[in-house]
Amino acid sequence: MKVLVAVKRVIDYNVKIRVKPDHSDVDLTNVKMAMNPFCEIAVEEAVRLKEKGVASEVVAVTVGPKAAQEQLRTAMALGADRAIHVQTDDKVESLAVAKLLKGVIDEEQPGLVILGKQAIDTDNNQTGQMLAALAGLPQGTFASEVDVQGEKVAVTREIDGGLQTVELSLPAIVTTDLRLNDPRYAKLPDIMKAKKKPLDVKTPEDYGVATGSKVSLIKVEAPAERKGGVKVGSVDELVDKLKNEAKVL
Amino acid sequence: MSILVLADHHDGQLAGTTAHVVAAAQEIARAGGGDIDVLVAGEGVSAIAEAAAKLDGVSRVWVADNAVYAHQLAEPLGALLVELADGYSHVLSSASTTGKNVMPRLAALKDVSQLSDVIAVEGIDTFCRPIYAGNAIATVKSDDALKVMTVRSTAFDAVAANGGAGIESVDKVVDNTQSSFIKEELAQSDRPELGAAKVVISGGRGMGNGENFKLLDGIADKLGAAIGASRAAVDAGYAHNDMQVGQTGKIVAPDLYIAVGISGAIQHLAGMKDSKVIVAINQDEEAPIFQVADYGLVGDLFEILPELESKL
Ligand SMILES: Cc1cc2nc3c(=O)[nH]c(=O)nc-3n(C[C@H](O)[C@H](O)[C@H](O)COP(=O)(O)OP(=O)(O)OC[C@H]3O[C@@H](n4cnc5c(N)ncnc54)[C@H](O)[C@@H]3O)c2cc1C
Ligand SMILES: Cc1cc2nc3c(=O)[nH]c(=O)nc-3n(C[C@H](O)[C@H](O)[C@H](O)COP(=O)(O)OP(=O)(O)OC[C@H]3O[C@@H](n4cnc5c(N)ncnc54)[C@H](O)[C@@H]3O)c2cc1C
Repeated sequence: MKVLVAVKRVIDYNVKIRVKPDHSDVDLTNVKMAMNPFCEIAVEEAVRLKEKGVASEVVAVTVGPKAAQEQLRTAMALGADRAIHVQTDDKVESLAVAKLLKGVIDEEQPGLVILGKQAIDTDNNQTGQMLAALAGLPQGTFASEVDVQGEKVAVTREIDGGLQTVELSLPAIVTTDLRLNDPRYAKLPDIMKAKKKPLDVKTPEDYGVATGSKVSLIKVEAPAERKGGVKVGSVDELVDKLKNEAKVL
Repeated sequence: MSILVLADHHDGQLAGTTAHVVAAAQEIARAGGGDIDVLVAGEGVSAIAEAAAKLDGVSRVWVADNAVYAHQLAEPLGALLVELADGYSHVLSSASTTGKNVMPRLAALKDVSQLSDVIAVEGIDTFCRPIYAGNAIATVKSDDALKVMTVRSTAFDAVAANGGAGIESVDKVVDNTQSSFIKEELAQSDRPELGAAKVVISGGRGMGNGENFKLLDGIADKLGAAIGASRAAVDAGYAHNDMQVGQTGKIVAPDLYIAVGISGAIQHLAGMKDSKVIVAINQDEEAPIFQVADYGLVGDLFEILPELESKL
């Protein structure tokens, strides 16, 4: 079974973003970029499936600018066998990413597709679900456990009240939650080897997908800044302030 | 133009979030968006439909009561929404795990974008939503004929329940051969829901182990609080996954949030910084949580928590 993994280039999760003074967008100049943490979890899961003998090949795919090839090399250093880069400098929104990934599915015919549940920049949490709908496939979102058994996969999902397990027919789409696994770090020899692994470059036109969107960004603003308050010296003072000043007790 | 709201429910009850989503729908209606209908889909959901019919501002409740919608699996629920969406200009749900699971399917099948986690309505086609862990707020305008969106329930005050909308059943039943429900392990708790509680007390890695989380119980009992956790506490197994507060967990905005042994990483702050009053208890006076706390208490939580419980 072939496993397809979608990875996204985003700002490093430690970076606190700034809004541009003219409010046109956030300022990404010179910001450290990395693979979306949920995508690292997706790659790890795919590689583990290969190590267990369930997957025969792991293919990583990204949609984005030339620089996003760094994240594909990282995916290959972590164990993906080859990569597909759908190269575009456009701001590609979730629906168009899903359409492009659908095009890749049609060509590659994977048995399982793993995505992150959410990209930590736009926080959309929708690409995997959109892809499932467009490809006519079942979905196991927010996965904390993935168990492939023959023609089916059991997915345990982190839902609001706890955990839910569903069984899906393959091929299927899975999106990862934080507790699915602990991604490994790439070792230097693997990083060197990854440089030689095959990386195919495509364009959105190759899949007949227009990357435009009917959603336009009007402005981006910083949220109301919260000011730090006071330090209290004792539990008594805290209780007194909560009762008499904040009036929340 | 009219608006369809997907109701959230569990354990045979309408979830509190629905009244908040209807409030967002009312804002769209006031901006020119027309009637508000609610869809209740599930198995054995007539009591839920009756509760939804009482929500102020609702004109009609659609009930899709069939075994195929039990557990609200994404595939049949998405297909049902696609059937019903014609004739609506907006379809809304809360940003619950059910809403997040199904709404993008509807959007994709209608070839429109989805707006996630809407926190303000600026007009019938213009909305605000947080991005980058809430460190920026984007105002976006959608020119799609159908607007599909999830709504952050804490950003809208719930509507009251004095109404009396008509209830109609949806006859069309979709089928589902692709997915099936196996089991659910839901955390049992008599405490209020995290997203709706007036007071939340959360523990972090500083709690040290799962047993110590019990130190929060007595305080939660006295304050009628829900108990939350940081990701580090959940990862370490001190607390259940459904207790995680943050960018990638639950978003809360209670009147009082008490963070105990939590450092205040941006991902955690994203889930609680809209709380009215924030209290931080941490032994490290440099911990970033103090930068957002109204009241900070520097010290050992193992001494502070028992004293706090006794003085409430
Ligand atoms: C108004 C607006 C402004 C934008 N501004 C910018 C901007 O300033 N800079 C910019 O770079 N982008 C911008 N974008 C594009 C945006 O950041 C995302 O690329 C797009 O919305 C898809 O990712 P997501 O965050 O929605 O995905 P989510 O649904 O949150 O991501 C879930 C998963 O989908 C997969 N996935 C998502 N995107 C890709 C991808 N490109 N390739 C492979 N897998 C993927 C990953 O597995 C990811 O973990 C903008 C979009 C809009 C609508
Ligand atoms: C993709 C991604 C998503 C994430 N999503 C979330 C999310 O949704 N929610 C979330 O919370 N985090 C999230 N995180 C994790 C986040 O970055 C932090 O790692 C996490 O919040 C840290 O948890 P903590 O504050 O409990 O632990 P730590 O940072 O280890 O802090 C523990 C604190 O306890 C204090 N302490 C220790 N002992 C005592 C004592 N005896 N008395 C008093 N104080 C004490 C210490 O001084 C310290 O400040 C995410 C990370 C990533 C990469």
